[in-house]
Amino acid sequence: MKLWLYATLTLALLVGASCLIGVADLFGSDLDGQMVMVVSRLPRTFAALLAGAGLALAGVVVQMSVQNRLVEPSLVGTPESAMLGLLVVTLIAPGAALMVKMSVAAGAALVGTLVFLWLARHVPRRDPVLLPLVGLIYGGIIGAAVLWLAWTTDLVQYIGVWQSGEFSGVLQGRYELLWIVAVVAALVWLAADRITMLGLGEDAARSLGLDYRQTLLAGLILVSIIVAVVVVSVGSIPFVGLVVPNIVSRWRGDNLRRNLPLVAWLGGTMVLACDIIGRIIRFPYEIPAGTVFAVLGAAVFLWLLHAAPRRSHG
Amino acid sequence: MIQLDNLSITKNGADILRDVSLKFGQGGITALIGPNGAGKSTLLNAIAGLITPSQGSVTVEGCDMIRARPPERASHVALLAQNEQVTARLTVRDLVSFGRWTHHKGRPKDEDHRKIEESIEAFDLVTLADRRLDELSGGQRQRAFVAMAWAQETPWLLLDEPLSALDPRHVRDIMDRLHALTRPGENQRSVVIVLHDLSVTAHYADRIVALKNGQLVTTGPRVLAMTGPMLSDLFGTGLAIERFGGRDVVVPC
Repeated sequence: MKLWLYATLTLALLVGASCLIGVADLFGSDLDGQMVMVVSRLPRTFAALLAGAGLALAGVVVQMSVQNRLVEPSLVGTPESAMLGLLVVTLIAPGAALMVKMSVAAGAALVGTLVFLWLARHVPRRDPVLLPLVGLIYGGIIGAAVLWLAWTTDLVQYIGVWQSGEFSGVLQGRYELLWIVAVVAALVWLAADRITMLGLGEDAARSLGLDYRQTLLAGLILVSIIVAVVVVSVGSIPFVGLVVPNIVSRWRGDNLRRNLPLVAWLGGTMVLACDIIGRIIRFPYEIPAGTVFAVLGAAVFLWLLHAAPRRSHG
Repeated sequence: MIQLDNLSITKNGADILRDVSLKFGQGGITALIGPNGAGKSTLLNAIAGLITPSQGSVTVEGCDMIRARPPERASHVALLAQNEQVTARLTVRDLVSFGRWTHHKGRPKDEDHRKIEESIEAFDLVTLADRRLDELSGGQRQRAFVAMAWAQETPWLLLDEPLSALDPRHVRDIMDRLHALTRPGENQRSVVIVLHDLSVTAHYADRIVALKNGQLVTTGPRVLAMTGPMLSDLFGTGLAIERFGGRDVVVPC
């Protein structure tokens, strides 16, 4: 219980900081402080929390699904596939509603992730580092296709927005799609036991009475929705889904029924903290939260790689 | 009763099992023996309904295991597969509680908690119950998985080489426990187990099923079916059964 007290306190502190820090002076005379708060600061804060929590949860689901701790959505080609879907729908139906574009992106993300899963079956399991490398290459190939398509159709500027997770453009009326993440997060929590069982391996999960394929598919649908929503509304933030679940796992183990709220909390607060750091570092200019997190995330990823052999099973 | 009729399994174009027909009733320990690559694990997985055969049928207690839904399969048979790769860093107690999952679907009742503790106790895991699987040795982890399969409380328990990483004391503990569990009485259960230690087989098995190259070589009560010549033929090396200290041991000859 003490843990949740600290968690709430940290969250409150960060939300407070996020609401106060920015170029516009809330208490200055020439701006309506309340308006800035409602239109910009609060939406931005919620967006960072939702995107962070969602990506962290998506990371857990992907890790359990492929039974490898060193992967996350952006290491299995999910965001790149979502971008490909987005690009295609933008070309075919430029005027389509945001919801339609998001759905197509989610569908493409799902297909891309399933293809990776099929690839993963052929990757030897002995060395856990191999799978993320394969995923990196796979994501790179799809990413290249996205870039080529965008290049030939003059849509390159879109890709920049989708690729770098960034919250400065978040305004009331332009981020609400992200609340879908909250709904999906609840669904992930409901499926917590089933997702833990995926992590026990196909044989064990099936002999325990789990419908393995159905669970896997459902889990990946949730992942695809989260990733698509985040890519569409704020842009992809790599490493969140990798770093956060690994920290929580090392610290508290993997009983997801107990730990998923913690994963969501850590994902949300870390991304929000990165966004705040990004606002402060070269004030009054901004560095994208995704960039700040990538620097942080790369460091933690290296540490995880270094520590990986200890986790292998003899 | 487990009944296999003309079971054939093909994997990547190769025949893993060929036309295996078997039938055995409840109770006792049935040992699956045979050289490496004989198809023992495949047979076990097929009985659990986890592999779709290219031909033939698998029935456990009248339930068609090939067509049954996962929860129904899991109410007849618990399978402990070989070399569990575990990504989830669970405590032993959490792992064992997943054995009860078909019973409680995430909402364990008092009875589930009782069975979980019973199982932890039965496999000498009390002091390890709150440790995480990745902190345990291979043998300790294996016991945790056996405890999980046991907690599933199915009439049939299928174990694929559960002794491979165990020290002599725990081999004995587990086999004694399985022996007691499979005697006639209330809550009698049946065990099908892949064994490599032939002396353990000679001492504990009630029934044997010998496989070679995907085909059934022989099956029957251990005292009748398991002989020196049969074993020598099965493994392609001279083996004899000797009486030593009141129990049968298998020695090279």
